[in-house]
Amino acid sequence: MENKLVVSPSPHIHSGDTIEKNMYGVLIALIPAFLVALYVFRLDALIITALAVLFCVGFEYLIVKYVMKKTPTVSDGSAIITGVLLAFNIPSNLPIWILALGCLFAIGVAKLSFGGLGNNIFNPAIAGRIFLLISFPAQMTVWPAPETATTIDAVTSATVLGNLKSTPELLPSLQTMFLGTEAGSLGEMSALALLLGLGWLLWKKVITWHIPVSIMATVTIFTGILYIFNPIPLYNPLIHLFSGGLMLGAIFMATDYVTSPMTKKGMLIYGAGIGFITVAIRLWGAYPEGVSFAILLMNALTPLINNYTTPKRFGEVVKHG
Amino acid sequence: MLKTFRIGGIHPKDKKVSAGNAIQPIAIPNQVIIPLGQHIGAPCQPVVKKGDTVKVGTLIGKTVGFVSANIHSSVSGTVLKIDKAVDASGYRRDAVFIKVEGDEWEESVDRSSDLKKECNLSSKEILDKIAAAGIVGMGGATFPTHVKLTPPPGSKPEILIINGVECEPWLTSDHRVMMEKTEEIMVGITIVMKALNVDKAIIGIENNKKDAIEKFGKSAENYPGITVEALKVQYPQGGEKQLIDALTGRQVPSGALPISVGAVVQNVGTVLAIYEAVQKNKPLIERVVTVTGKDVKQPCNILSRVGIPVGNLIDAAGGLPETTGKIVSGGPMMGKALASTDVPVTKGTSGILVIPTLEAKRKAMKDCIRCAKCVSICPMGLNPTLLMNLTEFEVWDGAEKQRITDCIECGSCSYTCPADRPLLDYIRLGKGRVNSIIRTRKTNA
Amino acid sequence: MSVLLTAVVTLGVIGAGSAAILYLIGQKFKVDEDPRIQEVQDALPAANCGGCGFPGCAAFASACVKAETLDGLNCPVGGQPTMDKVAAILGQTAPVAVKKIAVVRCSGTCEHRPRTNLYDGISNCTIAAALYGGDTGCSFGCLGLGDCVESCTFDAIHINPETMLPEVVEDKCTACGACVKACPKDIIELRKQGPKSRRIYVSCVNEEKGGVARKSCEVACIGCSKCQQVCPFEAITITNNLAYIIDDKCRLCRKCVPVCPTNSILELNFPPRRDKSPKEEAATVDA
Repeated sequence: MENKLVVSPSPHIHSGDTIEKNMYGVLIALIPAFLVALYVFRLDALIITALAVLFCVGFEYLIVKYVMKKTPTVSDGSAIITGVLLAFNIPSNLPIWILALGCLFAIGVAKLSFGGLGNNIFNPAIAGRIFLLISFPAQMTVWPAPETATTIDAVTSATVLGNLKSTPELLPSLQTMFLGTEAGSLGEMSALALLLGLGWLLWKKVITWHIPVSIMATVTIFTGILYIFNPIPLYNPLIHLFSGGLMLGAIFMATDYVTSPMTKKGMLIYGAGIGFITVAIRLWGAYPEGVSFAILLMNALTPLINNYTTPKRFGEVVKHG
Repeated sequence: MLKTFRIGGIHPKDKKVSAGNAIQPIAIPNQVIIPLGQHIGAPCQPVVKKGDTVKVGTLIGKTVGFVSANIHSSVSGTVLKIDKAVDASGYRRDAVFIKVEGDEWEESVDRSSDLKKECNLSSKEILDKIAAAGIVGMGGATFPTHVKLTPPPGSKPEILIINGVECEPWLTSDHRVMMEKTEEIMVGITIVMKALNVDKAIIGIENNKKDAIEKFGKSAENYPGITVEALKVQYPQGGEKQLIDALTGRQVPSGALPISVGAVVQNVGTVLAIYEAVQKNKPLIERVVTVTGKDVKQPCNILSRVGIPVGNLIDAAGGLPETTGKIVSGGPMMGKALASTDVPVTKGTSGILVIPTLEAKRKAMKDCIRCAKCVSICPMGLNPTLLMNLTEFEVWDGAEKQRITDCIECGSCSYTCPADRPLLDYIRLGKGRVNSIIRTRKTNA
Repeated sequence: MSVLLTAVVTLGVIGAGSAAILYLIGQKFKVDEDPRIQEVQDALPAANCGGCGFPGCAAFASACVKAETLDGLNCPVGGQPTMDKVAAILGQTAPVAVKKIAVVRCSGTCEHRPRTNLYDGISNCTIAAALYGGDTGCSFGCLGLGDCVESCTFDAIHINPETMLPEVVEDKCTACGACVKACPKDIIELRKQGPKSRRIYVSCVNEEKGGVARKSCEVACIGCSKCQQVCPFEAITITNNLAYIIDDKCRLCRKCVPVCPTNSILELNFPPRRDKSPKEEAATVDA
């Protein structure tokens, strides 16, 4: 053998897991939700998602190459996910230029200005969405009626949460919310489709159950307790679970690696915080939807949670058998 | 439900391609190089010099201090010189070079192969024989066995655990030893139980060695106090602390030894060597080495004398493949990469793994994406990415608080990381630094 | 209008109240410190390199003020001018420090010392040294992975990409000792800079027997002791097959350099030699 031997420290094998595999795993998990969105919003869904991905990937490539002067890493798939998730969080008829601004903010400010993947504090898609919500409140709170919605009211209609506070008699049935055909953003449609995605993510070990389950459990328990004493639709745990961006947020956005805690204990605390703040905003806040703000606030607390929680150490349990 | 350890763990493919290949001998070359440092602890002092005649089993290196082990000649012939040679440490250390002449053994060694069940020696006599024979932990750790079997004053062993797990992928030497020397191992276990004065022993075997589990299960029916337990296939099931957790439910506390929870763990290969030393007066001079790898033509398990260059073993397995990139002594998770094939087989060489070039080189590392997969799989409950950061920025008190000294260097973190970060490299560095800081603190106190 | 007034007054009161609280707390927790410590600290170069042996310039300043004399206290970065300033502030005399410089004692370039394997781990000398003896036959020599470069806060040492060895930039090196500590193989040493920055040293740390060392590297020291025999000042010692030139005894006469059979001894910043006749040689030996 002519070649020299390679010497490096152990271990000498690798699982083969890559950042790309995990990112594409998330994209595959989003397919069922995307298919439902296509069914409900038709071409609009396709256009908005494709454009969001295009803008996010494009901006990341341009900024990394020409502003940061480094080799672009768009192939790792994280920009694509930001695009898809941002598209799933906005009305399907949002003007394109506003979408572009949102993508620029999400990628340029929320992600790259902190140092790129791994270094950002806030979930880029959520940050982008909130930026748009605060900057363009009118365009961001008018939701087009889906072609097959049960409540048809001119061109736009309020979302489930919008109705929840003001006109609960206009709420669609639970089945509609679960299967997905009511007004809202692309990603809010079908809880079932999102849960299928969760199943995929868990099976492929992309994420663990801790964050989605703790968010959903906290929401259920919090509203459940209120519902027991006053069973009005506003407090119905199932309505809260299946409406708004809760499922999308709990499964796809709160579980973002970079912005969520690293220990199991920390993940449960983080999820509980998100659940609690979401319900608080929904019930007593000025906005109908609280998931985005809740996630953003808990993202800010993630470093603190990381500091104060440690994984379960070997040797803490001395005897049990 | 198979028993297993409770925290972390990974599932590399086990690749036991050589599991069905019976142990085969290898020809002794013209010269052997026997390093004087084959164990944890101080290297031996040579007790032979140039020109001395030695036989198989002659003492050539004597212990220095308590934590040390004797070294015996594995061949018969003449001592050429005491000089430096590259050993498994990667550095040139003192070694005895012997010119091989014939294959004469010391008279005291009983070379018969019949099973000797009776052992009427006292605990102390057994330990003395083990010490004299230079027995060390053959799972790869090479800790002097007589030291391990001498519990510190005040501690009492309750249970003996036999490690037949062999959780490293590719390696099958323990498996073959278990299949072909079952009865000898059982007698060895009774001897160790006598030495420790315990009446309970559990043999832990991973579930991918069902034939060994069955064979030992049948044999254990004749031995009261010895049971066999099948364990879930998971890495690092064979790690001492993990094995104790799986079999007894007790977790060794941080910084403590297994004896603190009443357990003593011994590898099956070590137990076989103990049987041969106590019953047949045979010192530790040979061991089974698995030669394997993706492109190795004839993967095999070779009974090799200590001191034979690994190149000879690779030749016996069909020669060094064209595609060779890396040669690892040991398993792929914790083994050490060799810089040449002249390195000799030592007491701790459990396997030679040949890795093709395409798989040998590492991928470039990326920024940590905080996926926390390393945290989930760490069997000691540590946070590897945090430990790497603390080491990089030299925050030694933080690293100590985050229990960097608990790391067993199993490699699961680097194996798992999707960003190809060399977590273990830095943790090892940090661990060494923090340990020396702790040592200094203790001596200054 | 009254709303505006209310707002202004409320915020003004809150602001003034906070300022008062902060001031009081500042006074209560004030640390009384000898004002000279700050004066001395201001005179220091503020590199916080640790070259003085203290953790940072503040600690050094504190030590200077508390010490009775300035003997043994030296800031290698600021050098004599800085120590003079410190002495002036404290009313003491500054000790005269010998100017030192970092010296890399290895000449095992890719040309002289062939690579025998491929190191594929992290570019970190400490990690590589813990793994094995390196990617050449010499297990004492420089690994070229740059721990010294990482540790230097003065940009005074760089790895030459052709030779894969570190090179010290003379006018930037402050002899703070960071690279000496960083090198896991103890290859770098602080030696006297010498007049006109001249120095002579054995550029090898290999302790193997001569034959073995020479096989791995053409310019290794083989411990033949020819240099020791020719040195008129007994400045060269041989231990473990390795020659070493003692700083304090060496008078930079250069006699050892040409007799070394492997050219392992280096002389820096000397004018080129003229060839002498044997009579001239004999004359200089007696001198």
